[in-house]
Amino acid sequence: MHAEARKLVTIVTESALERRLVNDLRRLGAHGYTISDARGEGSRGVRNAGWEASSNIRVEVVCDTATAEAIAGHLRANYYDHYAMILYFSDIGVLRPQKF
Amino acid sequence: MIPLDPIVLFFLLGLLAGLGRSDLRLPSAIYEFLSVILLLAIGLKGGVELAQQSVTALLPQMAAVIVMGLLLPLAAYPVLRALGRLARADAASIAAHYGSVSVGTYAVAVAWLVSREISFEEYMPLLLVLLEMPAIVVGILLARGISAGTDWKALTHEVFLGKSIVLLGGGLLIGWAAGPAALEPVGGMFFGLFHGVLALFLLEMGLVAAGQVSSLRRHGLFLVAFGIIFPLFGAAVGGGLGWLLGLSPGGTMLLAVLAASASYIAVPAAMRLALPEANPTLSLTAALGVTFPFNILVGMPLYHQWATLLHRLGG
Repeated sequence: MHAEARKLVTIVTESALERRLVNDLRRLGAHGYTISDARGEGSRGVRNAGWEASSNIRVEVVCDTATAEAIAGHLRANYYDHYAMILYFSDIGVLRPQKF
Repeated sequence: MIPLDPIVLFFLLGLLAGLGRSDLRLPSAIYEFLSVILLLAIGLKGGVELAQQSVTALLPQMAAVIVMGLLLPLAAYPVLRALGRLARADAASIAAHYGSVSVGTYAVAVAWLVSREISFEEYMPLLLVLLEMPAIVVGILLARGISAGTDWKALTHEVFLGKSIVLLGGGLLIGWAAGPAALEPVGGMFFGLFHGVLALFLLEMGLVAAGQVSSLRRHGLFLVAFGIIFPLFGAAVGGGLGWLLGLSPGGTMLLAVLAASASYIAVPAAMRLALPEANPTLSLTAALGVTFPFNILVGMPLYHQWATLLHRLGG
């Protein structure tokens, strides 16, 4: 089985940002995304999703390296200072490269 | 002596469970569902009553309440800056929270009045909706000034299509359009269950308030003092305004409660987007950890006494 190399960008951040983030991702060239609710703890304290102001989302985007870099650069410039946000990449393989 | 309010006891149970680190936790979907029922029930009730009022007769009250919503944050801001020594964005954000209103607190006040068979103007939810928004605009202007680049379009969307405005406003319209008789079949869900839903909601609010305690310890005395004293000031203003507008004692108390309460749904979401540099922990700790419990546990009888006093003195 031959798999094409792609990047998986995973972002964990405040759910307040969801709508804005989705717009950004589309604009930066992501073809799709997956969002799930998340909770946990980090440098900005416990975010236990007990209610909306303390809830987090995990956004996953499969894309090529250029798009992944564009997303990372944009988020770092616009959100890192003031929002609870982490972002990391993984190398993954996909079967249908034209989708991503 | 009137026995203790079960709703208050539910809040205390949540608070104690949270402080004792119980594993009790309402799934967030349930919290969402409870708040949807509360918001719709409050809106529907107001709408039914609104249909029997001439809206033009209510215009002076509506205008006065909006002015109050604009002035309350302006009163809070200098205090937060000078006495609290808070950064500009933090002070503006907290001021916006305290100028806006808490629907949960309002619901408890309504239940408080109903259980004592004290009547009030049932169209109050209209004033509640109007009070949600002005403070947000004032807060942003305080932090940014007029010229700077706030994305008002996105913010307007966030505020007007935020769930609390949609459900309260939508409930008002549905109640107004359908009338009491047509609402009867759905009334069991919204009016029959109101007190039970409110009790569960308060249980969750107790847990949430308990979660603020650790940040309260970190951010100190000023927030505690502000979270108690500013609501008292707000209640004095709101009660005075209610009396001036000729509301009944019950309605006067409700306006006092609205002015005393601090938003924890609509404003935090709007501030997070509009003023990202404001630390959300500060405003939420004050609103949820101090002011909400204070209003529920101590404020209600106090605000009622204030309303009665105004009416006795004013005749």
